[in-house]
Amino acid sequence: MSVVVTSALTKRFGPVTALDSLDVDVRPGVTGLVGANGAGKSTLIKILLGLLPATSGRAEVLGLDVASSGEQIRRAVGYMPEHDCLPPDVTATEFVVHMARMSGLPTSAARERTADTLRHVGLYEERYRPVGGYSTGMKQRVKLAQALVHDPRLVFLDEPTNGLDPAGREDMLGLVRRIGTDFGISVLVTSHLLGELERICDHVVVVDGGRLLRATSTAAATTASQVLTVEVTDRADELVRMLRGAGLTVRSGGNGHGPGNGHGPGNGPTASGDAPPADGNGAADGDPHGLRTPAGTLTARVPDGRFEVEVTDDAAHDVVRDAVTHLGVGLIRMQRRRHHLAEIFQDGAHADPR
Amino acid sequence: MQTPADRDTTPVPNGGAAGVIHDIGYQRYDGSRLGRGYLLRTLFLDTLRGCYGFGRSAKSKIMPLVLFGFGCLPAIIIAVILNAFGGEELPMTYPEYLWTLSMLVSIYVAGQAPQAVSRDLRFRATSLYFSRPLRRGDYVVAKFAAMTAAVLIFTGVPMLILYLGTLLAKLPFWEQTGDVLVGLVGALLTALVLGGISLVIAAITPRRGFGVAAIITVLLVANSVAGVVFGVAQETGRETLSAYAWVLSPTGLVDGVLVGLFDLPAVNGVSPPGTTGCLVYLSVTVLLVSACAGLLLGRYRKVSVS
Ligand SMILES: Nc1ncnc2c1ncn2[C@@H]1O[C@H](COP(=O)(O)OP(=O)(O)O)[C@@H](O)[C@H]1O
Ligand SMILES: [Mg+2]
Repeated sequence: MSVVVTSALTKRFGPVTALDSLDVDVRPGVTGLVGANGAGKSTLIKILLGLLPATSGRAEVLGLDVASSGEQIRRAVGYMPEHDCLPPDVTATEFVVHMARMSGLPTSAARERTADTLRHVGLYEERYRPVGGYSTGMKQRVKLAQALVHDPRLVFLDEPTNGLDPAGREDMLGLVRRIGTDFGISVLVTSHLLGELERICDHVVVVDGGRLLRATSTAAATTASQVLTVEVTDRADELVRMLRGAGLTVRSGGNGHGPGNGHGPGNGPTASGDAPPADGNGAADGDPHGLRTPAGTLTARVPDGRFEVEVTDDAAHDVVRDAVTHLGVGLIRMQRRRHHLAEIFQDGAHADPR
Repeated sequence: MQTPADRDTTPVPNGGAAGVIHDIGYQRYDGSRLGRGYLLRTLFLDTLRGCYGFGRSAKSKIMPLVLFGFGCLPAIIIAVILNAFGGEELPMTYPEYLWTLSMLVSIYVAGQAPQAVSRDLRFRATSLYFSRPLRRGDYVVAKFAAMTAAVLIFTGVPMLILYLGTLLAKLPFWEQTGDVLVGLVGALLTALVLGGISLVIAAITPRRGFGVAAIITVLLVANSVAGVVFGVAQETGRETLSAYAWVLSPTGLVDGVLVGLFDLPAVNGVSPPGTTGCLVYLSVTVLLVSACAGLLLGRYRKVSVS
């Protein structure tokens, strides 16, 4: 059963088309909605909450039509806006209790659930202090708490990692993951950074210019194919030729993966038509570990002795090992890892003529 | 993230990626979820409490409570004097007392209307309200009702103190009861008019300071304009004009309705002429309050959630 389904959903703001005949199907679990700024993520969420009428097309949330059952949908879901929404002069506890009651919880239940929820999002003694003095990370937790306090079946989290430092980002992502796994609440979480969501999502939907770029199950997509990073002392070019001859797909993209390679310049948008995901430098700012593959096309030269081999079955391992032995070169490293989503989407982004 | 929570001794993972909760895990809620009436009542009561600083910082309680105290003080003094030294009647009628409160009550609404509505707009808490089952119209109804109730308490309580004083002093019971009821009708009308005007202004000026200044200015300007028109009309002997001058001021408007409806002497000396006058004052009041309600509903229909 899907938690969100849209069909040919279109939203125009005058000349701006925010959503362009969008078809998405969100399953239970944690789903990432990724797209550059202006891709239409927030607009989609507002339509799903029944707060913004679609120009055309249909959308259902938890089996309810957004056009006719907005109130019922808002009863069953939680929403964390991307912008600030907390009055500074109230304490976290007061504010969340009030919001719990505004979701229909009786006062005693509202108090109990507020205490529990604030604890779950990691706010302890500070919950008795006015929100105005909180750090961004703490404010994000209060915003998250008010979205969860009434125990919704589904939460929409709009850019929950926005404005957080890398550590805060990790904490927030861990929390989002737990909402899906431990709390059993379906999550639709947005980000303009592709890299950060792949680890915590069961599915990822990529939108660009209001259109669906790609939808995939991250587990399926990233386990189906894997990559073997190989590094040898010398004669890498020869080795690559041999492996190719044995029918393996080899890329010279290994230079993005070394432990010594930190963040790229990383200042471009991550997922947009102009700068497709994994377009080298742009993608790196989505990945706190700098593990992004520029995945350049293969040249005959493999200067630093490092390259990548596509793994489709276990035999690839043996082929590489045998070839290395045959050439008698030193094997520095042979490391298996999952594909990053960016690498998978890269093909889609290029293939989709827009 | 280094929050004070990191130092917490309880064995709770602090948003760790481990995905394990060592203490009591997440509990589902299967208790009751109350409907529309509960949401309205909750928002009404929380806003009303907020109008007197409850549920807000200690600092926010000072202004409303001090003003409220000033509003009650003369009533307490009158009641005490009446009981200590005796007397046949109150030194001023209930509507007259209402009239003397007009300055204080204007300052009060100017201070409280912004916190009742601008705050949610300014800090965008409206996004959180409107993404909940609460209807926008209900938000407006609850806020308007709460502001009205707050002003009614502000002006009604001193009247009840006066009334209590007259009862203790054994003044004629039915006469006093009738008089205080007229006073309370005036208090209710004042609350609707001032609540409406102040909320409309507050809802279009999200910054609190501007809201306070705008409300106080509008109310004061309205009063002075009414006063000037009245004065000039009196000077030049235009009885009819002077009788209608107070339509321009919220306080005068309410007094005119009371004068017309209950056949009282006008506080400012000139009564609106007969049935026509009463109808004019009454319809202006009704129109004004409905216009405020309509403007508020329109304003909140346009509030976007982002
Ligand atoms: N209320 C609005 N009026 C006009 N244009 C809007 C409005 N809301 C969004 N847009 C436009 O729609 C597009 C999608 O916006 P949005 O959904 O906020 O993107 P995202 O959340 O993915 O950054 C943008 O081009 C934005 O400028
Ligand atoms: Mg957005």
